[in-house]
Amino acid sequence: MFNKLKIRGGVHAEERKEQSTCQPVRTLGIPPLLHLPLRQHAGKPAEPVVKVGDRVKKGQLIATSTGEDVCASLHAPTSGRVTAIGEVVAPHPSLLTTAAITIESDGLDECLQPGEQFDPMSLTPAEIADRVDQAGIVGLGGATFPAALKLKSGARQKIDTLILNGSECEPYLTCDDMLMRERAEGIISGARLIQRAIGAKRIVAGIEDNKPEAIAAMTQAAAAFDDVLVQPIPTRYPMGSAKQLIQAIMGREVPAGGRSSDVGALVHNVATAFAVHQALYEHRPLISRIVTVSGQCIEQPQNVEVLLGTPVSWMLEQCGGLSQAPARVVMGGPMMGQILQTTEVPVTKGASGILALANPEISKTEPSPCIRCGSCVSACPMGLVPLEMARHAKSDDFDGAKEFGLRDCILCGSCAYVCPSHIPLVHYFQFAKGELSSQREQSRKGELTKSLAEARKARKEREEAEKAAAKAEKAAKAKAAKEAKERAKALKAEQEQAKQALAAQAQAAADAPVNEESGS
Amino acid sequence: MIQLISSPHAHNRSSVQRTMLLVCVALLPATLYGLYLFGWPAINLFLLCLITALGSEAACLTLAGRSLKPCLDGSALLTGWLIAMTLPPWAPWWIAVVGTLFAVVIGKHLYGGLGQNLFNPAMLARVGLLISFPVEMTTWIDPTPITSAAAPGFVDSLLITAGLSPIPDAMTGASALGHVKTALTMNIPVTESIPLAFNVADAFIGTMRGSMGETSALLILLGGLFLLYKRVISWHIPVSVLGTLALLAFIFSLVHPDRFEPPSFHLLTGAAMLGAFFIATDMVTSPTTHKGQLVFGAGIACVAFIIRSWGSFPEAIGFAVLFMNALTPIIDRYFRPRIYGYSYSGKPLKSKE
Repeated sequence: MFNKLKIRGGVHAEERKEQSTCQPVRTLGIPPLLHLPLRQHAGKPAEPVVKVGDRVKKGQLIATSTGEDVCASLHAPTSGRVTAIGEVVAPHPSLLTTAAITIESDGLDECLQPGEQFDPMSLTPAEIADRVDQAGIVGLGGATFPAALKLKSGARQKIDTLILNGSECEPYLTCDDMLMRERAEGIISGARLIQRAIGAKRIVAGIEDNKPEAIAAMTQAAAAFDDVLVQPIPTRYPMGSAKQLIQAIMGREVPAGGRSSDVGALVHNVATAFAVHQALYEHRPLISRIVTVSGQCIEQPQNVEVLLGTPVSWMLEQCGGLSQAPARVVMGGPMMGQILQTTEVPVTKGASGILALANPEISKTEPSPCIRCGSCVSACPMGLVPLEMARHAKSDDFDGAKEFGLRDCILCGSCAYVCPSHIPLVHYFQFAKGELSSQREQSRKGELTKSLAEARKARKEREEAEKAAAKAEKAAKAKAAKEAKERAKALKAEQEQAKQALAAQAQAAADAPVNEESGS
Repeated sequence: MIQLISSPHAHNRSSVQRTMLLVCVALLPATLYGLYLFGWPAINLFLLCLITALGSEAACLTLAGRSLKPCLDGSALLTGWLIAMTLPPWAPWWIAVVGTLFAVVIGKHLYGGLGQNLFNPAMLARVGLLISFPVEMTTWIDPTPITSAAAPGFVDSLLITAGLSPIPDAMTGASALGHVKTALTMNIPVTESIPLAFNVADAFIGTMRGSMGETSALLILLGGLFLLYKRVISWHIPVSVLGTLALLAFIFSLVHPDRFEPPSFHLLTGAAMLGAFFIATDMVTSPTTHKGQLVFGAGIACVAFIIRSWGSFPEAIGFAVLFMNALTPIIDRYFRPRIYGYSYSGKPLKSKE
């Protein structure tokens, strides 16, 4: 049992969680402007269904998922007027823009009238998945994969265990912790809907043992159900990664190239389960989320429930602002989060935290040569050799990097966290992964071009052959026709001859009677 | 300008400098004891090694047109320190200078500097010196604590280090390993020769002939445990080296007690302790995976045991380390960790039955 709960490698990063857990989750108000990027999930951007100038109510659909694609719909977080559908700066290190719907709030927060009342637990699995899809729910742990798709594929496979991911292994972040402490009932209720949708036999909530309050609250909420188990797991980053969590709880590894369902498991974040509960019991689509605001530069670190689309700058102001100019602002956790170049970006569905970090927290140091200490090898939860991967990636030998496991790298950052030489290992891996995927794209294009060229050649050849055949046929026909003509001619000539002969005969016959007559 | 910085945005605050300095701290007890035991000439030699190491590091960096910052990372300091630990304590100045120059210039910087060298620089220097200057490198002084009457004063020590004042023969002798080896060539069984040159208590505390790193097994062991506690090194290499060496010695001495030394002798004499905790664990030149480290350590112990038992040199840790250093790339190639989701043979695991 103890072995089961262990993961390989990993690191115990300084948690720094206590500063944001001293007060309950605070619901922030309505900002004057909300920017809702059409793509805040993994997959294709949603299609807007409103026009500039339209009035929208809270919870109204403003952009819809595009049919069969990986996509999630979007709803108005509050009532107001659509003032623009255009480009805004994306919450991404590149400062690139992204298509978004901008809503000017009217402060009334008028709700859409809820539809018919029903008991969610009486819905069929497909109906549950459809409603989750309509509510625009995505994985709120950070992956932002549309939840409905996971439910649909889960329903098709044999899932034994629904794992609720409450590990929250990233330092600083406490949004899931606070959610579990305060809204455990809702989480369990949502999880039971998911369980119904995928036909899982049991639910196991995996919670790192550094969150005793959350474990207590969840255990209490789960007590009413026999098939819901709360499982404290060791505190070790990256426990929240699906593969590691499955290993800790099921004692099995997901086969390479496979999915969680290959070992009979499906992992959903606790916040996703809560969103499912809200969507089905409260008719509230995904329009807000809990965000951890923390870091040394934040005046009052805390967890806040904010409407999606709220500008980060506005949110920070509501939290008392910054106490000093941050060395780095990060969206997400410090281990896998992305830097923000500006705080004039909206909060999106995947934003679990906004961290304003001071210099001592990021301990920025110039990289020095690798001393082959092997710390990265011990820290890697996947059993890779990061130093060799980086060495190959650095010299553009991406196949060499692949040989040491680049493809299996989950970019968790454990290696870079422990590297005494401060080598930006994840940077190399992201670069190499990007290069490999563009190489794949290139070779796919090449293959396509090749197959098209081959098809063209084959077509040409076929056409040539057809032409030649047609020609030959034509020639044969012409020959046949000629022959026929000649035959006809000959026939005609024969006929002519015969005719003439006949005529001559007739003539002779005509003459003959005379002779005959004369003869008789 | 947009600065693209990848995650993670946190670090455990380790650094190369911290690692190197922790190793130096771990060496400190044994070093201080050695300096006490062998007095001023040893202090001179020690300082000379450190100064030469830092000086040659700076010179090499300057010649390579690089920043002088790496001088402060502690790696050159540690190389010089380790060389001092392996030299005869009263060796003349040029032994220290030539050895350290060889280690830093040829052993490290010709390969491209920190992290690039294939061989452990300190062991390269030690072995190079031993082969080139066998007499100077095997003149072991009797322990003459700095406070004792026989110990030379500071001025006398300068003459000794300068090579101007010959060391009286009465004060020198063979190391325990050398003594037993010589006795064996004269057909004296080890059961008779060992008690004359070795007892466990002396070897443990260090009141015996040898280099500073070879005397007190206890203090070296303490330093090693400190490194393990600080997680600068993992247990794999030391345990593998000492365990294999003890096992081999146990088996052979059991079969043939007159010919082979017992495990306690192997572990407590020569550079076995220093090698297991401080030399073989050199990160740059040892394998990076735990499996590889176990193989590497066992290899060192085997080679060392073979040379000690059948070779012509009494001490062999240096040779053994260099030998296994050369095999490190191949060990790293074949002993990789199993990747998550794959079997040990590298095939994807089977999905649910």
